[in-house]
Amino acid sequence: MKPVPMLEIINLHACVGDKPILKGLSLSVGAGEVHAIMGPNGAGKSTLSYVLAGREGYAVTAGSATFEGADLLAMEPHERAAAGLFLGFQYPVEIPGVSNLLFLRTALNAQKRLRGEAEISGADFMKLVRVESAVLGLDMEMLKRGVNVGFSGGEKKRNEAFQLGMLQPKFALLDETDSGLDIDALRIVSEGINRFRRPDRGVLLITHYQRLLDHVRPDFVHILAGGRIVESGGPELAMRVETEGYEGIAA
Amino acid sequence: MTALPSRRDEAWRYSDLAAVAALWPPPPARQIVVRAGEQREELLRVHAGGIHDLRVDLGAGAALTLVLLVESPGYARVFVEADLADAASLDLGAVLLAGGDATSEIVTDIRHQGPGASSRQRVRLVVDERATGSCLGRIAVARGAQKTDAALSARALVLKRTATANLKPELEIFADDVQCAHGCTVGELDKSALFYLQSRGIGRVEAEALLTRAFVADGFTRLKAGPARDALEAATAQWLEARL
Ligand SMILES: Nc1ncnc2c1ncn2[C@@H]1O[C@H](COP(=O)(O)OP(=O)(O)OP(=O)(O)O)[C@@H](O)[C@H]1O
Ligand SMILES: [Mg+2]
Repeated sequence: MKPVPMLEIINLHACVGDKPILKGLSLSVGAGEVHAIMGPNGAGKSTLSYVLAGREGYAVTAGSATFEGADLLAMEPHERAAAGLFLGFQYPVEIPGVSNLLFLRTALNAQKRLRGEAEISGADFMKLVRVESAVLGLDMEMLKRGVNVGFSGGEKKRNEAFQLGMLQPKFALLDETDSGLDIDALRIVSEGINRFRRPDRGVLLITHYQRLLDHVRPDFVHILAGGRIVESGGPELAMRVETEGYEGIAA
Repeated sequence: MTALPSRRDEAWRYSDLAAVAALWPPPPARQIVVRAGEQREELLRVHAGGIHDLRVDLGAGAALTLVLLVESPGYARVFVEADLADAASLDLGAVLLAGGDATSEIVTDIRHQGPGASSRQRVRLVVDERATGSCLGRIAVARGAQKTDAALSARALVLKRTATANLKPELEIFADDVQCAHGCTVGELDKSALFYLQSRGIGRVEAEALLTRAFVADGFTRLKAGPARDALEAATAQWLEARL
């Protein structure tokens, strides 16, 4: 018997404002698997990520999404995070006046409280920060600044990867975390994702580039177009996208 | 004895006049005098309402850092009237937190009397529920007060649309070689920032509190790190926690 997938999306329809964007999207990601979603600009990839994370203004009109069997869409955004879902933003947000360190410590402890676990001590938190930030080349001076304030595009993406490492969720939904990274940073972030891979964890990568998939080998690749998954396959599907473009595949 | 103010008095246009009548006459003004060349830091915390008048006199080259926190139910008013002599400097940081049915207001009248003085006013208002918060900030530059450098920044954060914020700057300048800047903005919490925090596991109200603390922080920046500043920050955090 097939085990319950970690993330199961069935016939999802969603609107942004009055505009239908997702139009019957189905996808399941099992524990231990890495899936990649590719698709043309405006196809609804980020919309899918926001709907799963619970952003205001994204209304689900039909279908379902479950996370480890629980109704994801019934949860508040922070409850989804505490349940283990992590969204790496395509456009990470700048928050002046709230330092990266305060932000992360507040987030980590809020999640722990929701899960009924003990809060992390200041010393343990800083130890974790030092280990994870060193890997991603973010220095302490940057982490004391406001969240993403004055970070370059690539630094913001590294910060997303840093948060992934710090928060240790069960499932990483990464929306173009590879965009804007230089060659070395791409390798470093990819290594981060590969370290995150475990038999009990799932990964859903939204990307435009084969380059990321050279480093992080996906088990499945899906093409999202017009608000639905129009084609699924193995890593070879990403190669086909590279050579034929989406027009060739949709045809 | 001054007469009970009415709606026609500019400085009382946003006041809760029934509350004012009950409090009238107000207690005498607190005098803050900083002599020529001296420096001082003064704090005022209002947590039980009332009318609080501050009369500030800065001698030549005197410097005052004045920090105010108003977090009070009912009606609270702070009036800061300051005269600045040559090359004096005033830094005013004010934070007003108003929830429930509270009316909180700050009225300033900063008068540059001699040349070369500088004033900085940073007022941060947070209004929630059915509260009203107001800031009337006046900068007056006397004839001959050349090289005055004055700035007023007043910002209001509206946590619920049922709350009201009024910001009204006023400049009166009788010298020609001066720099006077004022900026007033009324806004809500940044929705994308809120979602970003929530997506990392922070609940809605805690996320709002975090962003609100960042918003008011400007009011306290000039205060040296220490128990006084900690107390103001703790009071702010407590006010925000009470919203839970
Ligand atoms: N607030 C909004 N109001 C109306 N339409 C919107 C809004 N936000 C997004 N859209 C539309 O929804 C569609 C899907 O956008 P989405 O960001 O999900 O695309 P995407 O697949 O992530 O594209 P990209 O590859 O460029 O990141 C687009 O046509 C976009 O213009
Ligand atoms: Mg996108």
